[in-house]
Amino acid sequence: MEYVVMAAKAVVVFALVSGSMPFIVWAERKVMADAQARIGPNRVGPFGILQSFADALKLIFKEDVVPTGIDKRIFYLAPILSIIPALITFAVVPYGGPDLKLFGYPVGYVADLKDVGILYVFAVTTLGVYGIVLAGWASNNKYSLMGALRSSAQMISYEILLGLSIMGVVIGSGSLSLVEIVQAQATPYFGVIPGIWLFAQPLGFLIFLIASLAEANRVPFDLPEAESELVAGFHTEYSSFKFAMFFMAEYINLLTLSGVITTLFLGGWLGPGVDRFPILGVLYFSVKTVALVYFFIWLRATLPRLRYDQLMRFAWKVMLPAALINIFITAYWVAR
Amino acid sequence: MSAHQLAFLVLGVLILVSALMVVTVRNLVHAALFLILCFAGVAGLYVLLQAEFLAVAQVLIYIGAITVLILFGIMLTRKITGGAQPPLASHWKAAGAGAGAFLLLLLYVAMTGQWQVSDQPPMDSTTTLGLALVTRYVLPFELASVVLLAALVGAVLLARDETR
Repeated sequence: MEYVVMAAKAVVVFALVSGSMPFIVWAERKVMADAQARIGPNRVGPFGILQSFADALKLIFKEDVVPTGIDKRIFYLAPILSIIPALITFAVVPYGGPDLKLFGYPVGYVADLKDVGILYVFAVTTLGVYGIVLAGWASNNKYSLMGALRSSAQMISYEILLGLSIMGVVIGSGSLSLVEIVQAQATPYFGVIPGIWLFAQPLGFLIFLIASLAEANRVPFDLPEAESELVAGFHTEYSSFKFAMFFMAEYINLLTLSGVITTLFLGGWLGPGVDRFPILGVLYFSVKTVALVYFFIWLRATLPRLRYDQLMRFAWKVMLPAALINIFITAYWVAR
Repeated sequence: MSAHQLAFLVLGVLILVSALMVVTVRNLVHAALFLILCFAGVAGLYVLLQAEFLAVAQVLIYIGAITVLILFGIMLTRKITGGAQPPLASHWKAAGAGAGAFLLLLLYVAMTGQWQVSDQPPMDSTTTLGLALVTRYVLPFELASVVLLAALVGAVLLARDETR
């Protein structure tokens, strides 16, 4: 029975996460349009909200162009490899507390891996690079390959930062479990300020935020697909539904990373009144996550793309020392 | 046959077949992909042994970092299309003899060794592992760090621009 409940939770979360993707795309187009003093999509459905569905239908019926001289098996495998890691990360992200129960079963999260938790998130995110690298390599196109090479170097560099920047949170919470990390944020500082890690770990939060932008290939770190330099980077040769899968993976990644940041630094499901009405937790988690997604879109509308050498120098010479300093300070503060 | 044994059997076949493919396929990128599959199978074995931390570390380090670097290296050094490589390196006889001898040794140890079986489930493996690393095994742990540091310094030295 336990497994049936877990499978049911997995299906619901899977459906919600992938189902929210068209709306994120719509939101991105609308917010970008606002930022650039345009109107944005407004023809399909009220406020153009159905535009993404129309685009998805269009993409399915487009011709599936397969270039010559490619490695066909890997060419087909790559979009699948890029979408799976994006989806399975949500398995450990708690969207409601352990008190949230349905028929006596905890439904606040799909699984709580007590021993590994946050490490699972990193292990899965690192797999995302394969979709991009293999797509670029299999396409038999120099722009694709350059995108792939950039992507692999970028993601390896920024993964290290991703891992180091949360060490402060892990040391402070004393746990790798995402549920326990959220619970550690329940006690307010000085009795009034919310006890979320954002306030105790501002440096860790900033580094994690920047590194996750790079991990999701979002502006200003979208070098693997820099359209003004590489046509479209790793997905230049992809068309029709295979292109749509890369597109989906990117937006689901955005949502997943926002969820992870909410859990680690913004107190996850915590909020006023959540002790008495655990269902409110889902609402708080969603509001925080959506706010972060909005923030990422806002950044895209605001910032220019970094140059490749700037990107690498910034990672190794600025962020890495900062992350290490953050670990030392936190360790001292905890051991004191 | 229990579900546990079935899972072990499936993973074992997966690991062996993918390992065989790594050394026999002619395309280096395909070989790297089979290597990922092999590592993933080993991670699965760790999960079966309830060593979750090791399983995640296996995915994080071997699949997430090392194989990406291997692919990165292949793409930087070979032609874009990869090209076919001869399936056997020139020293295959010596390598085969060495590997065969090692296999025999492993078989001997596996058959004759006295293996202790515990019916206790392992407790909180990450905490235990972390504590053991900084108490009982602190010397090997520090030695490994020094080796890694030396490798880092060596890499920097090799890559450094001589003219500056």
